[in-house]
Amino acid sequence: MEDIPALEKKFEEKIASGIVIEPKDWMPERYRKQLIRMMSQHAHSEVVGMLPEGNWVTRAPSLRRKVGLLAKVQDEAGHGLYIYSATETLGADRAKLVDDLHTGKAKYSSIFNYPTLTWADIGAIGWLVDGAAIVNQTALAKCSYGPYARAMIRICKEESFHNKQGYEILASLMKGPPEQQKMAQDSINRWWWPCLMMFGPSDGASPNSEELMRWKVKRYTNDELRQRFIDRTIPQAEHIGLTMPDPDLKYNETTRHYEFGEINWEEFNQVIKGNGPCNYERVHARKDADEKGLWVREAAEAYAKKKLTMNS
Amino acid sequence: METTQWNLWEVFTQESPGDPHVHAGSVRAPDAEIALQNARDVYARRGEAVNLWVVPTEYITASTPEDQGAFFDPGNDKAYRHPNFYKTPDGVKL
Repeated sequence: MEDIPALEKKFEEKIASGIVIEPKDWMPERYRKQLIRMMSQHAHSEVVGMLPEGNWVTRAPSLRRKVGLLAKVQDEAGHGLYIYSATETLGADRAKLVDDLHTGKAKYSSIFNYPTLTWADIGAIGWLVDGAAIVNQTALAKCSYGPYARAMIRICKEESFHNKQGYEILASLMKGPPEQQKMAQDSINRWWWPCLMMFGPSDGASPNSEELMRWKVKRYTNDELRQRFIDRTIPQAEHIGLTMPDPDLKYNETTRHYEFGEINWEEFNQVIKGNGPCNYERVHARKDADEKGLWVREAAEAYAKKKLTMNS
Repeated sequence: METTQWNLWEVFTQESPGDPHVHAGSVRAPDAEIALQNARDVYARRGEAVNLWVVPTEYITASTPEDQGAFFDPGNDKAYRHPNFYKTPDGVKL
């Protein structure tokens, strides 16, 4: 018989002393469940995140931009696969996770439910969305679950290219004619607030935060990470002449942090609930790809079986 | 909808010649050939590997964390297997 309280005590001690938890280690069911939820959401976000950017691959303004964007989108697929692989170490079934995305049971980052209307949006995504993801993922690279932390280290190494390619796009638009500058500024006006929402609800309103912090899955609160992102991003914006759409944004000399305006949490909740501009389109595109790829998966499997019988 | 799920393979990458193969993660694939190609696309997009191993996950046997103590015990209490167990006369470099 398993002595659950004793195992729980040992688990909590390991967490407290900073020992990383590995797949076969005993863990509370709740820890496993929370990780599967969080990691699969993260994997889905990487996969769905390919769609808004994929939209511009064929219309990239130069070959240099096109190869960069293609490589970035391919990385996002890879990141999704790293995290699905890590989630499977917890006993989750990959096909089931993907099904949950398609049926709407599983969530993904709200940011990908916004449309990419202009080329500047590709710059804004690389710089801001990936910038926010880097802040988030750098923290997760120190999380208590080994496979997740290792996947994050791999991802963080690759994200800095995403961030720089986005910034380069905006920096060159800002050096262009007024129309291009306007396009760049317009993209920031639309993406800035949704990016701040990526870090999730404020600490008081985040139901899972406390438990995840105690288990060292999360190492910093949503508000701390959001602040870190703002502090590092504003000087970059100023450098190329972009302005954030927030009249309350100002640097506080005493705290040495930027103060910012109220986030529209009602909008965030609506997008999470499925009422964002592109929710339907995103999930529909995923389902479509899954269905249209079925024959390829079946053919590969049939071929593998045939080879086996021919060799035996 | 019915889903076809390929088998799970563990991927090991060797970063440069002479390095050991290190576990990188896993991929799904119907056979070894596609497992290798998927492993290349997922775990070696930037020259992270000069060589790859893929192994069906089901063929890996791992020791269990529960018997960590007892299982590794034979190697844990033998100070005489380490150089600092032995004394050297003063003034000699060994």
